[in-house]
Amino acid sequence: MRYVLFLYAAIAFVVLAAGSIILPDWAMFLFAMALAKGLVCLGIVAMMRGGVVSFGQGLYYCIGAYTATLAANMWGLSDIFLLTLLSSAVCLIVGVIFGPMLATYRGIFFAMLTLALSMVLYGTLSKMSVLGGSDGLNIAPPTFLGWAPEGRDLQTALYIYVVAIVVIAGTLMRIYFDSEQGLITLATRDNELRVEYLGASVRKVMAYNYIFAAVLGGLGGTIAVLALGHVDPEFAFWTTSGEFVFVAILAGYMSVPAVFVAAIILEVVRSFSNLYFPNTWQLSLGIFLLIVIVTLPNGLGSLLSRRKGGKT
Amino acid sequence: MSAGVLEVRDVQKTFGAVTAAKDISVSVPKGAIYSLIGSNGAGKTTFVNMVTGYIKPDSGEINFGSRNIAGLAPRLITRLGIHRSFQIAQLCNELTVEENMLLAGAIHHDERPSFFRHAHSAAARERAMATLERFHIAEHRNRLIPELSGGVKKLLDIAMAMAGETQVMLLDEPTSGVAADEKFPIMDLVIEALRAEGVTVIFVEHDMDIVTRYSERVLAFYDGQIIADDTPDEVLLDEKVQRYVTGGPA
Repeated sequence: MRYVLFLYAAIAFVVLAAGSIILPDWAMFLFAMALAKGLVCLGIVAMMRGGVVSFGQGLYYCIGAYTATLAANMWGLSDIFLLTLLSSAVCLIVGVIFGPMLATYRGIFFAMLTLALSMVLYGTLSKMSVLGGSDGLNIAPPTFLGWAPEGRDLQTALYIYVVAIVVIAGTLMRIYFDSEQGLITLATRDNELRVEYLGASVRKVMAYNYIFAAVLGGLGGTIAVLALGHVDPEFAFWTTSGEFVFVAILAGYMSVPAVFVAAIILEVVRSFSNLYFPNTWQLSLGIFLLIVIVTLPNGLGSLLSRRKGGKT
Repeated sequence: MSAGVLEVRDVQKTFGAVTAAKDISVSVPKGAIYSLIGSNGAGKTTFVNMVTGYIKPDSGEINFGSRNIAGLAPRLITRLGIHRSFQIAQLCNELTVEENMLLAGAIHHDERPSFFRHAHSAAARERAMATLERFHIAEHRNRLIPELSGGVKKLLDIAMAMAGETQVMLLDEPTSGVAADEKFPIMDLVIEALRAEGVTVIFVEHDMDIVTRYSERVLAFYDGQIIADDTPDEVLLDEKVQRYVTGGPA
């Protein structure tokens, strides 16, 4: 069964990467940002499969972005691979610290604690002038193993890099979702008592998902800051985290591709709504989400899932 | 029979002013089949919950082999080989029957649950199907839990509990919520499967026909205490048991 997954992954990479040939610069930027945010949302989806939703995933999005920016500005690191590795490692460490602690909480308590952590970071960064305060910091364009592209080449290289990261992360998460641990996560969402009495640790399941989500959040933040060239504390603000939750709900927790489709839909709807109804674009987003919730209560992913009745 | 596989010594448990277990001491030999009887609130389920780690006793020892397991987390007790089923079957409603069984298999697999090994691998499905067939519920494999009858739910609950290396199985009212004509066939299936593996069984039951037919020894509970501990015939003739538990001669 795995070779089918790898085949789909290869096709997805080729199709998405081919976009770099036909897409104009603005569209490539829009897609890169959507896919970067999709990575963060994929982490939320991993947690949703266990029955919890983080309202503070901006924490890792922001940590990833600031880590890459600081490494570039302070140590002169510009290689995109090194920056990505470093940011992911920092998010992994932070996730390992907070994951076990948050793993005992459920429902609104989990959501509010994650939100609180991200807002603490937002408040701290806003007041720290050494980190640019509320204005944030700029980061120079990245290099790719010594190659320093510019203009359209830079845009293309960054876009293909994002696509590669998304395909690799998406494939790994699909393997995880389909694995024994993935099944235990789904069961935890359903009946924690049963899982504990079968001999598995529900707390560990929750902590693993949180840590995976932290790394994905860091990846997303790193790519976003490299695409934007700028980071500010808004990366950790609650509205940013809310946007990630919006995408996760839109996608549902059954399908990995649905997460990235939902992220692209959000970016496209927002961009065009912003262009044509600058004062009411949030209204159109809200209406769009309402339609999805009413017609597809389990998200876009339920259209792609083979699970019965779209309930799981 | 050999020495007690499960030794409970002077266990006490109170909930506020209510004493749910008062100096409970029991020795259950390996491979024995015990039943627990008593009216509602007598302390049967509290006993099961203490042995399986859901409730921590206030004092006393629960020895399994050479280890005192009183107060250990349920998952650790399960890992040692003490498994349980529930009065209300605890299943994952959003998963199919087969997936519930795959879940139990994944957790009890020889190796730790993997982040890479496919939960629906051919080998895992084969193992799950073998267990479902053994409990005569394979035909329901693709159905979701809410679509099942009470009897099938009970069987699946017990089948899941048996997926690991079970040494002691505690069944909390295995026939409650089951149609009258399904009770004996279900108990036949379950007891036969457990006996075949030499599992020690302790089951809570209100139906005295089931108690007399399947158990080798009966513990009668009243007001948090064991008031009789003997063979089914002797216990059901006991005056206190007739007064407080059965309400008259069996």
